[in-house]
Amino acid sequence: MDTMRERFASVVSRLLDDDPRLAVVLAEIGKDGFTDAARAHPDRVINVGIREQLLVGVGGGLALTGMRPILHTFASFLVERPFEQVKLDFGHQGVGGVLVSAAGSYDWPAGGYTHMAPGDVALLDTLDGWTVHVPGHPDEAETLLRDAAAAGDDSVYVRLSAHSNSTPRDIVPGHFLTVREGRRGVVIAVGPMLDGVLTAVEGLDVTVLYATTVRPFDARAVRATTEAAVGGVDVVLVEPYLAGTSATAVNDALADRPHRVFGLGIPRRELRRYGTIDEHLAGQGLDPGALRERISAFLR
Amino acid sequence: MTFTDVHTGYGYDDLPRLMSLMTGDEKHGPAATSTLDVVWVLYDRVLRVSAEGAEAPERDRFLLSKGHGPMAYYAVLAAKGFFPESLLAGFGAYDSPLGHHPDRVLVPGVEISSGSLGHGLPLAVGSALGLRAQGLSGAAVWVLIGDAELDEGSNHEAIAYAGAVGLERLHAVVVDNASASHGRPGGIAARFEAAGWSTATVDGRDHQALYEAYTAPHPGRPHVVVARVQGKV
Repeated sequence: MDTMRERFASVVSRLLDDDPRLAVVLAEIGKDGFTDAARAHPDRVINVGIREQLLVGVGGGLALTGMRPILHTFASFLVERPFEQVKLDFGHQGVGGVLVSAAGSYDWPAGGYTHMAPGDVALLDTLDGWTVHVPGHPDEAETLLRDAAAAGDDSVYVRLSAHSNSTPRDIVPGHFLTVREGRRGVVIAVGPMLDGVLTAVEGLDVTVLYATTVRPFDARAVRATTEAAVGGVDVVLVEPYLAGTSATAVNDALADRPHRVFGLGIPRRELRRYGTIDEHLAGQGLDPGALRERISAFLR
Repeated sequence: MTFTDVHTGYGYDDLPRLMSLMTGDEKHGPAATSTLDVVWVLYDRVLRVSAEGAEAPERDRFLLSKGHGPMAYYAVLAAKGFFPESLLAGFGAYDSPLGHHPDRVLVPGVEISSGSLGHGLPLAVGSALGLRAQGLSGAAVWVLIGDAELDEGSNHEAIAYAGAVGLERLHAVVVDNASASHGRPGGIAARFEAAGWSTATVDGRDHQALYEAYTAPHPGRPHVVVARVQGKV
């Protein structure tokens, strides 16, 4: 199986053949995957060098002329470093584009904190109208990337990760998937957290919702799982980025019902450890054992 | 947005009066007037864009990156019929489309929303690339930046890239009123020249000199015109 990033390069290269409106903008990172596409479409595969402010500004400029830009680099350099460009060169100009990130929160632990961006989705939450996809498998990444490329002039963020579930799910962009049903609470597993969550809640009487599109947040799915609940509702979020990023979205979905929300994810404090993805998940309290303990304690 | 009371028979001599509708008098600070001649000559003699063709794919684009002090820009757009002069009196008011920084969503003919410095040149690079990718090779992209605005690192990313790839349809005009606290040794044009741009430095009040600098051929290279105007006092 290829990685999500490899799938990104192959799928978007094919999309460039079919849709003359699309252009890919890179800042060195990921350029090898687009070597053939750059040869076939020299005007629509653009590598600006290690210039992330320019990367985003060029994307906005392409969109101003009616094109649909797809921008790619690590999340730290795509969302965090040029954040004002994301805010002004897309939203304030009234144009859209597709941002595709890699590395996420813990993809390369040996690389340290400079290459981790657990706050990316929370940052985008300060802006209006961004769709956010968090695939949990390369096949899902392909579905979501195709959807993003074809989404008119919408602004879309696709968060690719080296962390992946073992099997793809039959996802529909924009909708949560009910993976299992139970009565004692709802656990929302985002993207690559699904496998760990399913192991963690084995034998527990809970519903598991699988979220690969987190903005807009599928409030209807959350409400539907709680229709039958008597009294209060307990919701646990397990997100691969900053803990509690979607807590407000859950609160909004359940504003008219008694409920409790528990947000699990990456804490704000720096772990200051290297190592592997599995070691980081354990270090952040997100491995199946820790998840089970924390979820059980919350649900009582 | 469409208007029924747009008037287009204006000339350069009307600009002070149009500006006075926004500022209340006919003597303005350097920030307001430093760009007046530079923008007027572009719209009057160089840019292939008009109010009727403000959405035409083949039009030339003028991106005002230096979004503060946009009165001269608004006056020129009104003079060229993009919107009626009756809008000018509302400058900065809640129900006016004309803010102290321009918003492309609100003002006909305004290509980018600006105010935060250092966004226009990268957007212009992307626009030039987008037009080229769509085969609209005749359309020129112009961006106006201030000499102090050049300090922004994003501009240096854009200057280096555009020069390296020879983005011929990209044009910048730097209005130099010596407002940068830490200027560039060797002058502004030298910075562009080192990156492979074609350059010209002229008196920013001399219409003929501006016109000649704007229209100088620059095959295979982006072009910058440094327009010197009186410094802030």
